[in-house]
Amino acid sequence: MTRNAARFMIAAAVTLTLSASTRADSLVADLSQHLVGITTGFSGADVLLFGAVEGQGDVVVITRGPDRPVVMHRKSRILGVWVNTASMTFDRAPSFYSIASSRPLEELAPATMLARHEMGIEHLRLDLARAKASPNVAAEWRDGLIRNLQRLGLYGNSVRNVTFLGNRLFRTRITLPGNVPTGIYQVQVFLIQDGRVVSGQTTPLSVSKVGGEAVVFDFAHNQPPLYGLIAIALALMAGWLAHLAFRKA
Amino acid sequence: MQIYLPIAEMSVNVFLLLGMGGGVGFLSGLFGVGGGFLMTPLLIFIGVPPAVAVGTEANQIVASSVSGVLAHWRRNNVDFKMGFVLLLGGFAGSTLGVLLFSFLRELGQIDLVISLSYVVFLGIIGGVMLYEGMRTMRRRKSASAPRRKLHQHTWIHGLPLKMRFRRSKLYISALMPLTIGFLVGVLSAIMGVGGGFIMVPAMIYLLGMPTSVVIGTSLFQIIFVTANVTFLQAYANQTVDVVLALLLLTGAVIGAQFGARAGARLQGEELRVLLALMVLAVCAKLFYDLLITPGDVFSLGVGQ
Repeated sequence: MTRNAARFMIAAAVTLTLSASTRADSLVADLSQHLVGITTGFSGADVLLFGAVEGQGDVVVITRGPDRPVVMHRKSRILGVWVNTASMTFDRAPSFYSIASSRPLEELAPATMLARHEMGIEHLRLDLARAKASPNVAAEWRDGLIRNLQRLGLYGNSVRNVTFLGNRLFRTRITLPGNVPTGIYQVQVFLIQDGRVVSGQTTPLSVSKVGGEAVVFDFAHNQPPLYGLIAIALALMAGWLAHLAFRKA
Repeated sequence: MQIYLPIAEMSVNVFLLLGMGGGVGFLSGLFGVGGGFLMTPLLIFIGVPPAVAVGTEANQIVASSVSGVLAHWRRNNVDFKMGFVLLLGGFAGSTLGVLLFSFLRELGQIDLVISLSYVVFLGIIGGVMLYEGMRTMRRRKSASAPRRKLHQHTWIHGLPLKMRFRRSKLYISALMPLTIGFLVGVLSAIMGVGGGFIMVPAMIYLLGMPTSVVIGTSLFQIIFVTANVTFLQAYANQTVDVVLALLLLTGAVIGAQFGARAGARLQGEELRVLLALMVLAVCAKLFYDLLITPGDVFSLGVGQ
């Protein structure tokens, strides 16, 4: 009896949410794939994002990798040699960040709105753990972090395009480089009208090692002593085989 | 053709790795050195994290030392007793080295320490080798070499714990090889090398071992020291990339064959001068990189 009631309530709740969301949502979007598998031949991947909007407006797509603490070092010259002399830790920084929009960001919305949704690299919230850094010093460290991640191709250098096909349909491409960090990514899609976000949707994208790569990585991290012994055994065997080949030659 | 390295977490061209293995293998076959001192900086240069380069290179050296030592063993050129004493020191040294490595990595100073160690040791070894090689070449032209005593007696021979090493025709204190093994072990763990380029001169000049058994004995103890480094790096830091090691190894085995054949056609002194010039070139490049203003004074720390 109680079980039936519970079922009924769940069904009702689902129906309500669904109808509510279809009414409120003037935006739907999806990815061509929800899992990017890193295999032996992996050298980066392109994921297609497509969707439709109701009414006029612009679309902004942000792809964020999982947040991580990041340690940064700064070099200075000691006796003519460049040495890491200072270090700071950012408590959390996205491990990957790229952004695409249908028009230049500054035309879409005022800076305060862009900052609220962390639209654009300059609006990323990257706070230093140590409050003692003065604002301009903190900005230097922040720029340093962004430059380093841009060099690795993990933070986008520019705002890519979201293309509209007609008035309603749009698409964009999310490019992941070969050194992309693994984890659950969040792909955020925003619909912007008159400088305000009127609708938004977040879709997860999983980036993970699969197949042989995953086996080796997991083994190295879960069974480190055994992994070390196997690495040595492989090397001993390879050396012996090489010796046999040498002797014949 | 790209391949994704599971531990280094990057995508690299297979042929680049095979080519690097082949090139360094050729030089190691030509000069009779391990090649770790060339391979580790090269790996770092193509973007492999220094920690992974050092751990993986130790793994690769295990393999090349095994194939080398088997060849020397057949010719009875290995002093196992001396090798055993050296590797006792080497085990302790490399264990301390790996701990030191982890500690420096936390501090963000490991890159600097790796570079500085290379600059200092390559500079000294390269300089001495160049000087020796040039002198021998000049002397060969003028007159015959003067007779040398079998070995000279110094304060070293007054140390306690004397042991007899029959194969090396030596009766010396075990403290000397223990200390040498220990110091080379520390460097081996930090620099990602077998340490043959330091061990061989130390055996000849400090211990007074006969040249014929030096390389075999050095290779013998390198197997155990680099195996220890491989195990500890895999255990403590998870920085041994088996896929990378196997690829480098494949290239190195083939390259070494050609190198050894090419080496047979060259004179010993010329080889030594060439090797010295190469060592000094690597040293100069690393030193230059420390001195020039970096493109960005900010860099990412551990974990990225």
